[in-house]
Amino acid sequence: MKRSILLATWYLIAAGIPSLAGAQEVPKIKFEKYTLPNGLEVILHEDHSTPIVTVNTWYKVGSGDEKPGRTGFAHLFEHIMFMGSQNVPVGMFDKELEAAGADNNGSTTEDRTNYYENLPSNALGLALWLDADRMGFLLPTMDKTKLDLQREVVKNERRQGVDNVPYGRADEVILAALYPKAHPYSWPVIGSLADLDAASVEDVSSFFRTYYAPNNATLTIAGDFDSAEAKRLVQRYFGDIPRGPALPARPNVAPIVLAKDTFMVMEDRVQLPRSYYTWPTVRLFDKDDAALDVLASVLASGKNSRLFKRLVYDMQVAQSVSASQQSSKLAGRFEINIVPKPGQNLGSIDKVVREELQKLMTQTITDRELKRVQNSYRSSFLNRVAGVLGKSETLNTYNYMAGTPDYVQEDAARYEGVSRADVQRVTRTYLGRPKIVLTVVPEGKREMMVIANGGVR
Amino acid sequence: MMWHGTSLGAAVLALTGVQSVAIGQTALDRSRPPALGTPSKVSLPPIVTRELPNGLKLMIVEHHEIPIADFVLIVGSGGTVDPAQKVGVANLTSTMLTEGTTTRSSLEIADQIAYLGISLGAGSNWDASTISLHTPTAQMDSALALLADVTLRPSFPQTEFERIRKDRLTNLLQLKDRPTAIANQAYSAILYGSNHPYGRSLIGTEASIVALSTADLQGFYRAHFHPNNATLIVVGDVKPDQVEAKVRTLFGGWQRGTLPSINLAEAPKAGRTTVYLVDKPGAAQSSFRIGSIGVPRSTTDYFALSVMNTILGGSFTSRLMQNLRETHGYTYGARSSFDMRRAAGPFTASAEVVAAKTDSGLIEFMKELNAIRDTVPTLELSKAKRYMQLGLPSDFETTQQIANALVPVALYNLPLDYYNNYVQNVEAVTQADVQRVARRYIDPASLAIVVVGDRKSIEQGLKAVNAGPIMVRDFFGQPVSQ
Repeated sequence: MKRSILLATWYLIAAGIPSLAGAQEVPKIKFEKYTLPNGLEVILHEDHSTPIVTVNTWYKVGSGDEKPGRTGFAHLFEHIMFMGSQNVPVGMFDKELEAAGADNNGSTTEDRTNYYENLPSNALGLALWLDADRMGFLLPTMDKTKLDLQREVVKNERRQGVDNVPYGRADEVILAALYPKAHPYSWPVIGSLADLDAASVEDVSSFFRTYYAPNNATLTIAGDFDSAEAKRLVQRYFGDIPRGPALPARPNVAPIVLAKDTFMVMEDRVQLPRSYYTWPTVRLFDKDDAALDVLASVLASGKNSRLFKRLVYDMQVAQSVSASQQSSKLAGRFEINIVPKPGQNLGSIDKVVREELQKLMTQTITDRELKRVQNSYRSSFLNRVAGVLGKSETLNTYNYMAGTPDYVQEDAARYEGVSRADVQRVTRTYLGRPKIVLTVVPEGKREMMVIANGGVR
Repeated sequence: MMWHGTSLGAAVLALTGVQSVAIGQTALDRSRPPALGTPSKVSLPPIVTRELPNGLKLMIVEHHEIPIADFVLIVGSGGTVDPAQKVGVANLTSTMLTEGTTTRSSLEIADQIAYLGISLGAGSNWDASTISLHTPTAQMDSALALLADVTLRPSFPQTEFERIRKDRLTNLLQLKDRPTAIANQAYSAILYGSNHPYGRSLIGTEASIVALSTADLQGFYRAHFHPNNATLIVVGDVKPDQVEAKVRTLFGGWQRGTLPSINLAEAPKAGRTTVYLVDKPGAAQSSFRIGSIGVPRSTTDYFALSVMNTILGGSFTSRLMQNLRETHGYTYGARSSFDMRRAAGPFTASAEVVAAKTDSGLIEFMKELNAIRDTVPTLELSKAKRYMQLGLPSDFETTQQIANALVPVALYNLPLDYYNNYVQNVEAVTQADVQRVARRYIDPASLAIVVVGDRKSIEQGLKAVNAGPIMVRDFFGQPVSQ
């Protein structure tokens, strides 16, 4: 989130792909993984198709590791990582990289923080020198000026992405209602303006000492390089960075069970209201995670999906419908959002939503519906392991979330294995439970709020 | 100054290999960046061109790493040719291509796309209408047949059009929620006025969308969708002869046609620098769009302008980003761009600035727009050139990236070796070139400064900056009574 948002474009693979006959197989990504004595995990994937290389470092810390009152800190810290370190004066991090033809960025989620450089292959050493310097030697030149400056930048990032955007504050209202107060996912990654103001230089130092150590990081290099040479460079730049103290245990959370449906309303400067339905579900790679992904597509992906076809295509009472299973390391949630057409009533739309969910609970989907979703997922896996940046992110994701980088075929197989009965079962199990319904309404229009049993206030 | 010459010098020397420290053979000295080897010589893939008897041109690039192919069919007419009373017709025409053909309904097309696991979509910009297909080669025959069907046999069903019409009208209503969209809309209307197409809306207005009919869309389609006005870009795991044979079978019957001539109105002459204030009560940030009418894609100053803009606002280390974000913290990002089209598109410097620093933000924008007219230091120039030159290979990694890179080659008749000469064309840009184009195309005395924000809290500050007279405009850039 320099430094921003999650990597959005995952593309196609390059090396080591078996030939296709009929349905494509998802190719393995060949890799080598080892650990330095100081605890730094290293993952190498050679792909010589284009003379570029990605260096992608994951630190196993995210907004879920923050303390209440200091929300947004993990992301603010991410910004400070670009402000120079002992041997890299302020501003030179980016200048060195751009002069070498590189692009670089970072991003923060609830679970992890990443930093990547995408460079011409001759510049691999430069990226490793820069990344090692900020891993080992950030604090000597850390000061309040750097913190204050990036605090202002981040507050503007929040304004640009949340406060000055229609419906921008909906997510944080939902998270606060869905999770208990101390739950690591109960606050947004970007944090609140007040908490950002409260962050001190001492917070920066102790956060760095706690989490930014080689034994809490994974360094993945993907692209056009020689593994033996890369290992030598990694040893040279990272080998003598001391191991940090033992890490605090990541919070352990109990599954969320809501006692009853909760209906909420929030006013915003918008032309049209928008309803948000949220159910607590399961974490990433849980046995029901893939079936919930399929359910989301069956509901709202494409013109033939259940809710889109009914509300947007046939009845034309809604402008947009979306559904998603959003799963992270510790927990997940299923969300449906609907914007009505002008003059249409979210209460009447709510009745249709409940009818459609009821159908999915009582009857299985058609074979065609399942095949459409599975075929689209199969293609998307090819796309996911495309460019070297996408592959480095994929390897890191599996390494951290599934316990091994070697998981792309297993991941793809999850979707092939979903049955029509599974989709029915997860609809019953998770969407039959109590939920949170938030309606964002135009200022002064609280009567547009969705309430129980398909009405509005 | 933006940075310290000595440090950047080290980076540049490292790149040219002048430093002689060999990695791994001496004790580790972390105080200096490592010497880098010579960048790989970039050879971009050859483009094979073919032409069908009906005039349809093919540009094919073989890329065999993955069993996948990307197709982009470009029809060389877009929103620029929309009649003034029918703005949005090009855009609606391309939208309707996937809403029904003589052999498939809208829902059948959507079902096929998902079932095949492909992406297929149509859209348009000022200069072109495009249909893009991304497909595994295992599904390529079915996917290409679908591409041909929506391109050649759209039926513009009335019921689907009525649905799309409502969708567009609602989109226009929702646009009022987004200050950034309001700023873009007001900026182009103010720069070009309503007599020039670029001053109008690509997606249409409420009035035009209400008035348009499927007959208008069919009219646009019949006038412009000719094979002799089209190029099909193909990149992927294909052989040129094979793909040409398939394309001949599917597109060979497409009938050649006569293209209407286009007479673009003259763009208005720029006046003296004026601040156009658009009120968005309660806005947490002020959206800035500052600039003037720039250049067409055919400009001979293309490379000089690209280098100059990289320095001004085209990269993270550019002056605007470093000043407004990294020095002052007024914004999450500031940038500039030249949008080059068949005719001269806008030059725009932009940022979303925290409301309380609206006046300070404007002062810094004006500083940089003045300073870029001075001589650019050598090291800053070489950094920008290297960023452009050495970053080129990363735009040619995937089939979709390569296909996208070929679109301007096809659309603006660039030479086929354009990217092979790119590095040397960037290299040829001198300090004098940068200064010449900065002075020619950026005139601080003649800028439109559009600010969308909370008028009651920002107007006084803007007035005090005294960059120019303040005019209050509405969301469409039109005068409002004050």
